[in-house]
This record gives sequence, C-alpha cells and structure tokens, in this order.
Amino acid sequence: MTGLRYVYAVCRPFGAPLQVQLTGVAGDPPRTLTHHGLVAVVSHVPERDFAEEPLRRHLEDLDWLTETARAHQGVIDALTTVTTPLPLRLGTVFHDDSGVRIMMEAREEDFRRTLDRLEGRVEWGVKVYAESEPQESVRPAQKPASGRDYLRQRRMQTRSHEEMWQKAEAFSTRLHEVLSAFAEDSRMHPPQNPALSKATGRNVLNAAYLVPRANSEEFVELVDRTKGELPGMRIELTGPWAAYSFAGETT
Amino acid sequence: MTTPSRMPEPYGQGSGANLADILERVLDKGIVIAGDIRINLLDIELLTIKLRLIVASVDKAKEMGIDWWETDPALSSRARRDELTRENAELRERLARLEELEPGRAEKKEAP
Repeated sequence: MTGLRYVYAVCRPFGAPLQVQLTGVAGDPPRTLTHHGLVAVVSHVPERDFAEEPLRRHLEDLDWLTETARAHQGVIDALTTVTTPLPLRLGTVFHDDSGVRIMMEAREEDFRRTLDRLEGRVEWGVKVYAESEPQESVRPAQKPASGRDYLRQRRMQTRSHEEMWQKAEAFSTRLHEVLSAFAEDSRMHPPQNPALSKATGRNVLNAAYLVPRANSEEFVELVDRTKGELPGMRIELTGPWAAYSFAGETT
Repeated sequence: MTTPSRMPEPYGQGSGANLADILERVLDKGIVIAGDIRINLLDIELLTIKLRLIVASVDKAKEMGIDWWETDPALSSRARRDELTRENAELRERLARLEELEPGRAEKKEAP
C-alpha cells in the first residue's frame, strides 16, 4: 500500500536537488518521476485524505485547504528557484506512478510547448488598494440643519466618493498599461476578497505579469517607483511566482 | 546598474503571501489535468469556496463588521450575472425595436 500520487508540476529535468527539508502535501517530501524526458514532481499521499470523497470533503475545510495550498505552493516555489515548473492545479491526483506516466504521455506536446513559452520567466503579482473613505474635508462638519441640507451633504459625499473611485481607476489603468508594456504578458484577476486577504482598503487592481527572470529586478523597480505617486493608493507586489497565471492554454 | 542574473528577494511570498494570493493561484490558475481522482475544481471554484467559507462563519464575519458579500457582485453566481446580461441585452433590443416602430413618439408626447 503506497497510496496515491499527488502531482505538483511538470518540468524539464533539473540538475539541482530539491531542498532536503522540503515537505509537500500530507507531509510527504516531493519526489521526481521522469518519463519521456520530462519530470513530474509528485508526493505519495494517503487514500484516506486524497481519494475522491475525502478530498471533496477536505476542500470545504479552510484549515485543510490552507495547509495543503501552502504546501503545494511551497513545492512550486522551491522548483521555481531551480527550474521553470508548469504548476498543476491543486488536487491533481493519480492512482499510481503509471497513471502519472500515462498523463505525461498524453499531454507531452502541450507540456513541451508551454515549457518553451515560459522558459526563464516568472510571474509577478501587483495589487492596488484604494483607501475606502473619502477625505476628511468633505465629511459634514455639523449636523444637517434641514432636509435640503441633508440631501446636499449626501450629494457631495456621493460625488467625492465617485471622484475617488474614478481617480483610483485611472491610476490602476495607467499603472497596468506601464507594467504590461514592460512585461511579456499580463492577466487581470478578479479583485481579492478582504476576508481571505486580510487586506485593508478596496482592491481595485489585481494583475499578474509575466517577466523574464533577467528583467525582474527592473520590473520591481518600475513598481517601486509608482508607490506613493497618488495619495490613498497602496501598491502591493508579490513574487516571483511560478507562471501560474500563464500556464493555461487560454490567452 | 542591475545584475541580470540575480533575482530580487521575494516580495511578500512564502509564508508572508496572503491566503488569497496563494488560493487564487493554486486553485484557480495553473494547468488543469483530469487526474484519476475526479475532483472538478471548476465546480468548486474559488468564488464558491469563498462563499462557503463566509456562509460557514457568517456570524463571526458580521461581528467583525465584514458584510461585503451582501453587495459584492463577484459573489453573485456567474449564472445570475449571465442572466442579467442576457436580460439587459434583450431589453435594449426591444427598446430599439420600439423606437424604430414609433419614430417621433417621444417628441409628440412632449408637445403640448
């Protein structure tokens, strides 16, 4: 009984060994499985957690999901330092090694094409947050004296809110233009959920940029220069990630 | 002067990357392969998971003053949004047809 095979990524053979202390999902250190000149990075995982029913149940459990997602990302991250991995979506599980080999054979051409496209590139995440409150000056200084007063104040508040969002949007659009002109490719993601990100302010831009490793430092500087350009805007940079957002076939 | 071969230090990644950053990538991005174990993550998309998380802890969230899901359009189901888009398009089309059928109706109405 050797359990199931959880696959993290497919990549080309890499010389450097993975970090010894690296533990993958279910605490199993990732191993490499070479087939037809490609490498699948896999962990042996127990059926009691990764067979269809338990896996489905676990995905509803935030603690389990968080732990597994971090472990998955940890392995991808380690791979990113030694090669250009094609990250698979969380929860790609096979019965045994031969199942993994069959999959690698079936997708061989895809993998090679995508590996060629992404070779030497990394992903950078850029998020812009707008502080959600309008400036102090437009808040009503005193209680409205009349219904008409009240309505006027409401109108002013609404207008200043709108102006702020317009500014935030214009700023994000311009930033995205600058960054995508530098990057090889870009993707817009939906704004993040504050309950998960624990971030303050409203997420007005959530984008990913595909950048050659060699140009990464310059990209980071480009982002850094825009910080503090517009008051009330906060810019967050994450990465370098494996090219998660660019690994799919869709463009 | 930049050194092309050197990568900058990771920014906010690893244990510091926020959960949403990680989840949106490992669940929503990356290559989709049908494994032997058939879990369709497209059925359990990130939004659905988020929604379920929130539903599971609605009271706690409300205590914390988090009520964004009540207005967040991202949390209405995709189907509902599609439905609205479709309905909008239909209404616009009907309106256009009506305007074609009765040119000058608006002006007539406004005339004394």
